[in-house]
Amino acid sequence: MIFPFVWMILTSSKTVPESMLIPPTILPKQLMLDNFKEAIASLPFANLYINTILMVFFRVVCAVLFSSMAGYAFAKLEFRGKKLLFGIVLIQMSLPSQIFIIPQYQMVAKMGMANTIFALVFPGLVSAFGVFFLRQAYMSIPDEVGEAAYLDGCNQWQTFYKIMFPLTGTSVAALTIFTAVFAYGDLMWPLVVNSDLKMMTLSSGLSTLRGQFTTNFPVLMAGSLLAMLPMVVLYLIFQRQFVEGIAGTGGK
Amino acid sequence: MVAPTIIGLVVLNLWPFVQTLYASFCEHEGFGHYKFIGLQNYVDMFGNAEFWKATWNTIYFCILTVPVGIALALLIAMLLNAHVKFKGGFRTIFFLPLVCAPAAVAMVWRWIFNGEYGILNQILGTKIQWITDPKTAVLAVAIVSVWSSVGYDAVLLLAGLQNIPKSLYEANSIDGAGKIQQFFTITLPMVSPTLFSVLIMRLMASMKIYDLIYMMADETNPALTDMQSLMYLFYRSSFVAGDRGYGSAIVIWTVGLILIVTLVQFQGQKKWVTYDI
Repeated sequence: MIFPFVWMILTSSKTVPESMLIPPTILPKQLMLDNFKEAIASLPFANLYINTILMVFFRVVCAVLFSSMAGYAFAKLEFRGKKLLFGIVLIQMSLPSQIFIIPQYQMVAKMGMANTIFALVFPGLVSAFGVFFLRQAYMSIPDEVGEAAYLDGCNQWQTFYKIMFPLTGTSVAALTIFTAVFAYGDLMWPLVVNSDLKMMTLSSGLSTLRGQFTTNFPVLMAGSLLAMLPMVVLYLIFQRQFVEGIAGTGGK
Repeated sequence: MVAPTIIGLVVLNLWPFVQTLYASFCEHEGFGHYKFIGLQNYVDMFGNAEFWKATWNTIYFCILTVPVGIALALLIAMLLNAHVKFKGGFRTIFFLPLVCAPAAVAMVWRWIFNGEYGILNQILGTKIQWITDPKTAVLAVAIVSVWSSVGYDAVLLLAGLQNIPKSLYEANSIDGAGKIQQFFTITLPMVSPTLFSVLIMRLMASMKIYDLIYMMADETNPALTDMQSLMYLFYRSSFVAGDRGYGSAIVIWTVGLILIVTLVQFQGQKKWVTYDI
């Protein structure tokens, strides 16, 4: 399981001729950073990091904010058309995102927003899955909690953000991780909407290296390592939250 | 409170869905202008060998990845369940591919699969052009896909396994049942609801496979048409060739296919999924 990662790290420090030796050397002869320098020289990594971080950040904020509000309303409030509106959520959830891509792209293009951070965030402004997921979290909170807050003089909004929202912490964490991992790995949308190399994400930017270095695998490995590093580091720090979060969102 | 979400869903999803459906009956004349041409896109599509090849590739990919992937995941989950000591460390490793962007993962595997200098050929002592030979191209993508998803499926199944009461096994072994018999009489029926949801999720994801193939098969790959999936064909038709009407028809076809496969699974589950014993 771990071998591809090890092989990537080892190769990223080899020279091209060394990487092509038959039989292969396991350990590189020297710790070489030239491949990383070359990868950084051929891709604007600073931009890619910033773009990716901003995209992930705004998608997470939108998903958590709007899904919390809607999830709470669907779970705890009565209003007209509730069933129909929840039906819309379910329909979106069951359709693959590719079916929306062409029209979404045309909207972004019409607004003149192609090649912007906004374009990267656009399809993630709302999350039907998030609504569904957080609705379940709110449903598991007993109604008495809300009633007690109401008797203490909270209005509907205060009940929501002072009492209810803090109680969904684990679910919000799970949704955050799920949204972040998905946005980080997404490839088709960033490719379609941001063609300017400086506005790409780590995923889509990395894909442009394919054609540039067809046989220079040490540089490709260095680039891949740089591209996956941020999420891997976060994962190693927050392992338990990652595993429980992603497993929790999928198991439902 | 639901307003932002509902407005967003209508603008971002519901309306685009209608537009895609309509566009599949249209020819794209450029700059977002569409001309209604009836069923022509579908007629073209069904008469196109590349399209049928992509449909087959997608189904073939599912056949290669789903049963093997889930069987492996169940095996790993059972091993982890039995040896609780190592659970943490193994979980960390098995989960790692999931947090790596598929683009980066595919890049690493391109190197491993490389025909001339790839480590895989050197270990096996073969000279297979894994990614550029039409015979092995889909298999290569399938291997990467199973490798990336097996840990995730295993963690979900592990949660299912841990819900099985220990007393069931104890009673069973007092009755003199062997390990294999236990697997079929207790483990499999008890874990079947989780198995079913993993199956549905994995099938849906496999039918939509795109990113790994995009990374492993660029336009210069001689095996491109032998490994391209429906979603990759959709991407190339819509955004490389610019034929968005035709692309829309492909995506509608794919969604129809996913719907059919899912419905069949939901029918079939009645035969093997036990929700209570």
